[in-house]
Amino acid sequence: MAGMGFGSLVMPKLPFGARMIDVSEALNAGIDVAVKKQLADIAMTAARSKGATYTDVRIGRYLNQFIVTRETRIQNIVNTESFGVGIRVIANGSWGFAAGNDVTKDGIARIAERAVAVAKANAKIISEPVQLAPQKGYGEVNWKTPIIKNAFEVPIKEKVDLLLNVNGIAMKGGANFINSAILAVDEQKYFASTDGSYIDQDIHRIYPFFNVTKIDQASGKFQTRQSLSSPVGMGYEYLTPTPESKVQGIVTRYKDRYDMLEDVKNAAADVTQKISAKSVEPGKYDLVLDPSHLWLTIHESVAHPTELDRVLGYEANFAGTSFLTLDKWKSGNFQFGSKLVNIVADKLQSGSLGAVGYDDEGVKCKQWDLIKDGVLVNYQAIRDQAHIIGLKESQGCCYSQSWSDVQFQRMPNVSLRPGKDPLSVDDIIKNVQKGIYIIGNGSFSIDQQRYNFQFGGQTFYEIKDGKIVGMLKDVAYQANTREFWNSCTAIADQRDYRLGGAFNDGKGQPSQSNAVSHGSSTARFNGVNVINTARKI
Amino acid sequence: MAILSKDEAQQLLKKVLSYSKAEECEVFLTGSDGGNIRYARNSVSTAGEISQQTLAVSSTFGKKTGVATIDEFDDTSLEKVVHRAEELAQLAPENPEHMPLLGPQDFPQSITYVPATAAITPDSRAEAVGKSIQATKDAKLQAAGYLENTTAFSAVMNSKGLFAYNKSTDVVFSVTTRNEEGTGSGYAARGYHDVSKLDTYTATKIAATKANGSIGAKAIEPGKYTVILEPVAVAYLLESLFFGLDARNADEGRSFMSKAGGGNRLGEQLMDTKVNIYSDPFNPELPSSTWSREGQLLQKRNWIEKGVVKNLSYSRFWADKKKVEAVPPPANVIMDGGTASLDELIKSTEKGILVSRLWYIRMVDPQTLLLTGLTRDGTFYIENGEVKFPIKNFRFNESPVIMLNNVEALGKPERSISVESYRSYLVPPIKARDFTFTSLSDAV
Repeated sequence: MAGMGFGSLVMPKLPFGARMIDVSEALNAGIDVAVKKQLADIAMTAARSKGATYTDVRIGRYLNQFIVTRETRIQNIVNTESFGVGIRVIANGSWGFAAGNDVTKDGIARIAERAVAVAKANAKIISEPVQLAPQKGYGEVNWKTPIIKNAFEVPIKEKVDLLLNVNGIAMKGGANFINSAILAVDEQKYFASTDGSYIDQDIHRIYPFFNVTKIDQASGKFQTRQSLSSPVGMGYEYLTPTPESKVQGIVTRYKDRYDMLEDVKNAAADVTQKISAKSVEPGKYDLVLDPSHLWLTIHESVAHPTELDRVLGYEANFAGTSFLTLDKWKSGNFQFGSKLVNIVADKLQSGSLGAVGYDDEGVKCKQWDLIKDGVLVNYQAIRDQAHIIGLKESQGCCYSQSWSDVQFQRMPNVSLRPGKDPLSVDDIIKNVQKGIYIIGNGSFSIDQQRYNFQFGGQTFYEIKDGKIVGMLKDVAYQANTREFWNSCTAIADQRDYRLGGAFNDGKGQPSQSNAVSHGSSTARFNGVNVINTARKI
Repeated sequence: MAILSKDEAQQLLKKVLSYSKAEECEVFLTGSDGGNIRYARNSVSTAGEISQQTLAVSSTFGKKTGVATIDEFDDTSLEKVVHRAEELAQLAPENPEHMPLLGPQDFPQSITYVPATAAITPDSRAEAVGKSIQATKDAKLQAAGYLENTTAFSAVMNSKGLFAYNKSTDVVFSVTTRNEEGTGSGYAARGYHDVSKLDTYTATKIAATKANGSIGAKAIEPGKYTVILEPVAVAYLLESLFFGLDARNADEGRSFMSKAGGGNRLGEQLMDTKVNIYSDPFNPELPSSTWSREGQLLQKRNWIEKGVVKNLSYSRFWADKKKVEAVPPPANVIMDGGTASLDELIKSTEKGILVSRLWYIRMVDPQTLLLTGLTRDGTFYIENGEVKFPIKNFRFNESPVIMLNNVEALGKPERSISVESYRSYLVPPIKARDFTFTSLSDAV
């Protein structure tokens, strides 16, 4: 599931024990990689001496920077650092995990011993021992997000000036309120395992964001329009707009660079138009969904139900299970969507949130098909699940949000491949008789097996006889996942392909956040049920 | 152990303050020891233990404030963190909403700490889960569940003489039981300060009864129905209302508490007269700390009384601007009920739907608090005072404000947890008419 709404979008959950730091501290190199290797070896030796048959050690330094403003005022400038170690072991056939921030020789050995004690306590009530897919050790290797400009090196003043400038444009454009923020993340992760891997990674993400509000005081009604930016696996270069990164149309949308000043001007105009827009007539419509919207529908209705841990029941008590049961996959002919629908799982795509070199159990990352020509062909698996779907190795989907949380199966980037034949957004719209064109993601909800969903958006345009005739409001659509994807009748080509995503995909107990991207081109879905969400209290 | 006693915390904070050269300084210390165990397919999947301590120092010159934190506690580190906060304050822009620190106050000692909960070990967690798995196996089902315990403390001291300390314990447990075929599912959740109240075996038996009772669900048409929401559904549905009682958002015109033409709805009859919602730090079932993060005294306070909005929370800045008393947001939320049991509510219902649990609730429209979400883990059709048969799950689109206007009866309040935030609430089962279900779901 994605996060809990606006509040959590602005402030993703901090890793446990994150502490605030001065920005200059974020630029410190942290402890030397040779020292990390030495500490990891001490932990692995300590765990083995207590009876562990497998150990992995994650020494993590997690840096976050939040710059949060509203109107003419800075609300918060926060730099945080969280440093510690999480140790996972198998002892007596059971997993055990312990974490702490005493990353000294004695401290790390004690944490390793606690992890073994936890495993042994659990071993008394397990039904079958853990079966790990084999994984070769890579020796000492490293990987870094290919950023051009480290966001932590950009002066705070430059970011504050940008945000206050954004806010000024919104207010000048007629907005009553604006909240804006830039969030930057740097995960410095060191992984070592008894398989013989010592992996040092430096992962960067950034998310510039705003929400514009306009109030019609006489009626007591208000409307909002959020930014059309996306969280990305990039550096500060994301905020350096280029003409070629812009997608022109009813409103400008953005590929791998974002023009925040332009978007906020458009947002102020949109939110004014939304106040007086026509309230939607409920009924069946053909939907034309922009990638800035469709990413969330892909996330909820394709990426989550293909998580193997859900399919197997490991998430039954929280996020739920999945309608994509193993028998459907084994049949080899389960028509998830129309023949146009090709969905790929990926941990490599440049600029995406899911791109890393190695996952959090030391598996090199890759790309594979989930849905091919509409048919379910695969899932997302990690080492202790691979054997269940006949794989000889993990697909590299293991992730933990911090050193203090245990790693488990999390979704990679899951994306809809663009249409193979040349097709523009205008081509799609001109063939629609009665439809709604939706831009930006809004409200979202889906059941625990991923059948029934409901989505809102940021802006909605009525299409009549092949033309956009005006803006709508109070729109949400409800559908059944399989019916929806089988109603996909057109997908724009590669030229329109863009990534959307979230910093805060939530799963697990205790709940953990995962950052993930979903790419697509604009796509058409026929005959979808649209409801009107206006109420009076 | 990361838990300091009141005296230990006071000594440490005094030392930190002695390093301060700022006009105002406030220090905040927290620590926690926690453990968890997770299981699925009738077997443990993951488990872990985490402990942590953090000190935050907030230094102010004029209206410029800097905050720095640290998790090392030797004298050099403590002195360093104070100086860092002062450096950051000198560099910070002026905060026009800065409010001066509060002076000394007497805070009564809370009743949030229970030694038995603090004494939970990996073995006792595994034992509690073992009982749940046994109850599941007895019912020929598969369990997935989670148990987490936390012992935490927090302490604050400032240069104007304020000092406050609180220590608390919490344990939460939830379990989902399903049959092999995936055609039945049931759920139970519990949250307590005192682990001796937690009975994982009995809770799991209730989940198992729901699971077996939900097999063979029939589809009925979506529409408006009388519903009986069990407390675990009520807690989750009302959570966004409980934390939406903020005066500033309302006054700014962007809340369901905003008034057309400006201002807020304080004093208005917004819900049915049976609705009473309040906070009380000394409620024995759901105690809370007796002070807020800003160092304000928390006392019993009505939010909704007989359906009328009695209080909204006012930050100290907003209260000063509006010339009213500052009101801290609720630290615990209690909704009054009646004496009727769930069975009695069902008996009094001619036609209706029993909702065991709700799921994936999200805001659709904040101006009316319109929420969408689904029923889950046991939805049943009631006719002539009896549960007749299980029904397929529904999606709803409903505002809790509208739902609380349509209340027909309230049952006996129970402590329950929100299934997403894991916060505990004390809420009754609610019977309400005209609850809006908008589509069917095939999910079990």
